[in-house]
Amino acid sequence: MQSTPQHSLFNPQSGMQALRRQPRDWAFAALVGLGVLAALAGYAAEYDAYDAGVLIGAAIGLVALAWQWRSLQVLTLSVAAISLSAIALYQGELARAEQLLALKYLISSQSAILWMSVLFLLATMAYWAAVLARSVFAARSATRMTWAAVALGLSGLLVRWHESYLMGADIGHIPVSNLYEVFVLFCMITALCHLYYEQRYRSGSNSSITTAATETAAADVGADVAADVGAGVGAFVLLVITAAVGFILWYTFERGAHEIQPLVPALQSWWMKIHVPANFIGYGTFSFAAMIGFAWLIKHEAETRSTLALRALWGAALVLALALAVEAFAFRRGGTASVFWPAYFALFIALLAGIVLVRRRVAAQLPDKSVLDDLMYKSIAVGFAFFTIATILGALWAAEAWGTYWQWDPKETWALIVWLNYAAWLHLRLVKGLRGAVLAWWAMVGLLVTTFAFLGVNMFLSGLHSYGTL
Amino acid sequence: MDLPPAEASGSPSAAQPQPPVGSPSSLLRQWLELLASMRFAISLLTIVAIASIIGTVLKQGEPPSNYLNQFGPFWFPAFDALGLYSVYSASWFLAILAFLVASISVCVWRNSPGMLREIRRWRSDLRERAMDNFGMRADFPAPELAAAAVSTPQQRCAEASNYLAQHGFSSRVTPVEASPGTFMLAARAGMLRRVGYVLAHSAMVLIFLGGLADSEVMLKLRLATGQSVPVKGSVTLDQVPPEARIAASNWSYRGNMLVPEGRSSGVAIVNAGDGILIQDLPFSISLKRFQIEHYSTGQPRLFASDVLVTDKDSGQSFEARIEVNKPLIHRGIAVYQSSFDDGGTLLKLSPLNLMGGMRRLNALEGRVGEVMKLDVGDDSWKLELVGFRPFNIENVGEADSADAASIATDTGSMGRLRQGFGSAAPSAAKKDLRNVGPSFQYKLRDAAGQALEYNNYMLPLQLDGRWFLASGVRESPSEPFRFLRLPLDENATLEQYLALRGVMLDSASQREVARRFALGSEGVSGNSTLQSRLEDSALRVMETFSVRGYQAVAAFLENAVPEAERERAAEVYVRILQGVSWEAWMLARERAGLPRLESTPLRGRFVQDALNALSDSFFYGVPLYLQLSSYDEVKASVFQLTRSPGKPVVYGGCLLLVLGIFAMFFIRERRLWLLVRADGSGKLAFASNRRTLDIETEFAAHRAALGALLMSAAASQPGQ
Repeated sequence: MQSTPQHSLFNPQSGMQALRRQPRDWAFAALVGLGVLAALAGYAAEYDAYDAGVLIGAAIGLVALAWQWRSLQVLTLSVAAISLSAIALYQGELARAEQLLALKYLISSQSAILWMSVLFLLATMAYWAAVLARSVFAARSATRMTWAAVALGLSGLLVRWHESYLMGADIGHIPVSNLYEVFVLFCMITALCHLYYEQRYRSGSNSSITTAATETAAADVGADVAADVGAGVGAFVLLVITAAVGFILWYTFERGAHEIQPLVPALQSWWMKIHVPANFIGYGTFSFAAMIGFAWLIKHEAETRSTLALRALWGAALVLALALAVEAFAFRRGGTASVFWPAYFALFIALLAGIVLVRRRVAAQLPDKSVLDDLMYKSIAVGFAFFTIATILGALWAAEAWGTYWQWDPKETWALIVWLNYAAWLHLRLVKGLRGAVLAWWAMVGLLVTTFAFLGVNMFLSGLHSYGTL
Repeated sequence: MDLPPAEASGSPSAAQPQPPVGSPSSLLRQWLELLASMRFAISLLTIVAIASIIGTVLKQGEPPSNYLNQFGPFWFPAFDALGLYSVYSASWFLAILAFLVASISVCVWRNSPGMLREIRRWRSDLRERAMDNFGMRADFPAPELAAAAVSTPQQRCAEASNYLAQHGFSSRVTPVEASPGTFMLAARAGMLRRVGYVLAHSAMVLIFLGGLADSEVMLKLRLATGQSVPVKGSVTLDQVPPEARIAASNWSYRGNMLVPEGRSSGVAIVNAGDGILIQDLPFSISLKRFQIEHYSTGQPRLFASDVLVTDKDSGQSFEARIEVNKPLIHRGIAVYQSSFDDGGTLLKLSPLNLMGGMRRLNALEGRVGEVMKLDVGDDSWKLELVGFRPFNIENVGEADSADAASIATDTGSMGRLRQGFGSAAPSAAKKDLRNVGPSFQYKLRDAAGQALEYNNYMLPLQLDGRWFLASGVRESPSEPFRFLRLPLDENATLEQYLALRGVMLDSASQREVARRFALGSEGVSGNSTLQSRLEDSALRVMETFSVRGYQAVAAFLENAVPEAERERAAEVYVRILQGVSWEAWMLARERAGLPRLESTPLRGRFVQDALNALSDSFFYGVPLYLQLSSYDEVKASVFQLTRSPGKPVVYGGCLLLVLGIFAMFFIRERRLWLLVRADGSGKLAFASNRRTLDIETEFAAHRAALGALLMSAAASQPGQ
């Protein structure tokens, strides 16, 4: 039986030692439970049964996830600490954001999100430094900065939620109501998806899986390989996050889109709290899969050294540039300061071309093709499941708000197109047993379709989802 | 097609039952083969995705005239024939969907029995030789003699069963008939995945069928079979012919209903192409009150209707409140707050003649939606009252704050960066939103049928510190309104403007105004020749201005003055115009017995504003300004009513789909065989529906554990 050294980098999910609860798990669950109780008791008037249900469901989901992936416990506590400090500093007065330095430049929502952007950009550079200079230190720093960015971004969203209530009790709402807010959410989810898989490599190589140790002693090549494996993937995934961060910055400074706006009646519903995040789990994991697809093609070219593989790679770079161009196109409509978008677009073209040129060096730092293939499948499977839920939730909500669960609105239709696209991908892979370049390519075309569905539709097509206009 | 061991390991496994070759139904069989083929299904998924794009690029369900305008007479019928204006109920699109559903159905029908049978099968009959074909397999040598003596193969199998049970496997141990003393342990886990396959795929069929029942296809069928014939043009309810009415028993429809406050309605309007159908309802809705609330920024915060619903057969009624996101569901019909409109607000108008001699005309009264005849002198118009808005929130601060912002706030990139920090609350200085009060819209249609559209504000607007009554006019809805601004005097009335205008445009008074102007001009008094020349000039300017305002003056200049001197001449003319206007105003005051006024800058601007308004009124289309003196607002609520029998089916399908997808992706189906021979040696085979890295890791773990279990002397403590 052929075996690759990466096998033991994965924890077997069922059985083994995974699910034994530790005291810290119970302590975490108790803390989350306390938080929920405090929220329900302290703001009883704000919750109807549905809102309370969503809150409790979210808490259960968080605990379940954080039991499986303990780093989430640290993240949750950090985010809670940051956002509670911000809330404490506000003392119920919005004006204090201008008076207190800690709020103004650190943990008010806008500042936190700006720091998140900075950290993501730095992390991207660090990941690439790790790949190109083969530096373990850079890889470790990149991971830490990504974690910090996620913590700040999530805190920023939570503080923003608080700020919206400070603007007026009737204005307050969860910050997933417009394009700006969901872009921040997109960065969070994509980054978390990457961090999860990155950590699974490391924990696999560090902790000894006694059962698997006998045969695959090759895996003991060491922790630094594992770090590099993570860095290789990180360098690609952070690219798509960087693109999103670029958009967020432009949207903030050019359009002032960061300003909190009250909700129109159609959006005033608890459905929003579950529909939008579920959707963005889909978008985030699909984007992740597309970047893995690109990495796969690089690895493939390095292994086969065939002209066909190289052509496929250049083609893929073009598809990726196109997907990002949909975004860049938004900047074109900015009017006055329009240097930003061509510069941005050119930067990404240059970046992608540069990656293709140094492909061999990059490929050496990437995990095995079978690992990439597996990652691509897993993220698309998760994304597809959540995207299905999100679309169904959207239909249920539409039935309540617009009177029909499905009316072929452009946004709905594009959601269906995305869904069909990945349904086809999964059938190819699961039933036809197809692997390789076609699927990697298809995942990248998927990014193009996905980007259009969540950005292009808002830009070019009119319809009922018009609150995300640019 | 999806039998796990076959796919995952390449082991010879039960093949699909093949239908007999050359059977009489071979054509049907070929069709079934096509429908069941994965290539066909994936092609269909892709085709549906691409076809769906059309409807997102081309706006669907617009009135035909819009498409005719957009595509012209050549392409319009072609696109119409292709059904591009309602792609999603076009026959070709439905046919593709039907193929997709057929393909899914055939797959479910063919695979489900095998799938479900497989769940119950143990596959204990796997041959030893077959185990060698598995990708994941292991051979365990016989342990040393001492260990082998400790327990029998049966006991070893039982211990292995225990171990496997801890890891989610259920298992069965059977003796192998061919070789006595040998036992086969067959274990399985995650068999629910197969149920997931059946659920997810049947769910798609359910969703399609349910969706079809609720779709526009039902309406199209009704029209195609001649059950209903839409009525075109505007008709009242009792004029609607019976073939355009649909009985309340109709089981699937979507319609709209407009109910003004204080009125009630028991039918819904169903749009059918360029006509409508009337859908009878089993109840009527009367609107007690429509409530609309706004945020301070002017965005709507709440739309809500307080209604009384009365059943037609029982006569029983109940009160309800319908809001956006909170529909009312009664007798299987869902009533949604869809939008709102004017329900016939009573408008009291005082018309004002802008040109002729008589200023005020008789007051008018009418409701929004009504058409009235309006006679002014010899002319006659049709006045169509189109709409009313109780308030208008306008950003009046923009012009001022642009200057303020450049002084008060940071500029440059550092300043902008600094603004990016802090809370996400909008900066207050940027917008000055103000409610400028009610406005109403009307059309004036002349005898030839040409209409101009007007938008008049009820209250004066403040612009640059002066007050005006504003009225917008345009020729077509695609243009922006051009505004006529009538200046208000120091008593906040139009009186002084109207007095000025009366003298200014009155040919009988113009000579006198010109005389006074010439007399009062500096540098000419005493010089009678100069004075009379100035008087003539002034008179000529006034006469010219009285024809078409500034435009006539400009045209005159263009004809009479050489180009080189035109600019200077224009300046002189403007000064003369201002001068004569002032004198005209003063003459008007004198005639009204009012004192002459001191000239101040403010009054100078008033004269200038009056001149502008006078000039603009030549392009106002109709010399008539309708001032809204009071109103009695009546709102109307627009509801959407749907009866969707397919909804429970679709929702059930959605539930099954989610369950199925999760089962398929997140339950891993595994089978494990462990053969233990009499001498204690063994053979292991492992299979899964999918050979992922996790599976290989899991196999490695089981292999190590089971190997240890077989080898160990004291195998009483299995597991880790």
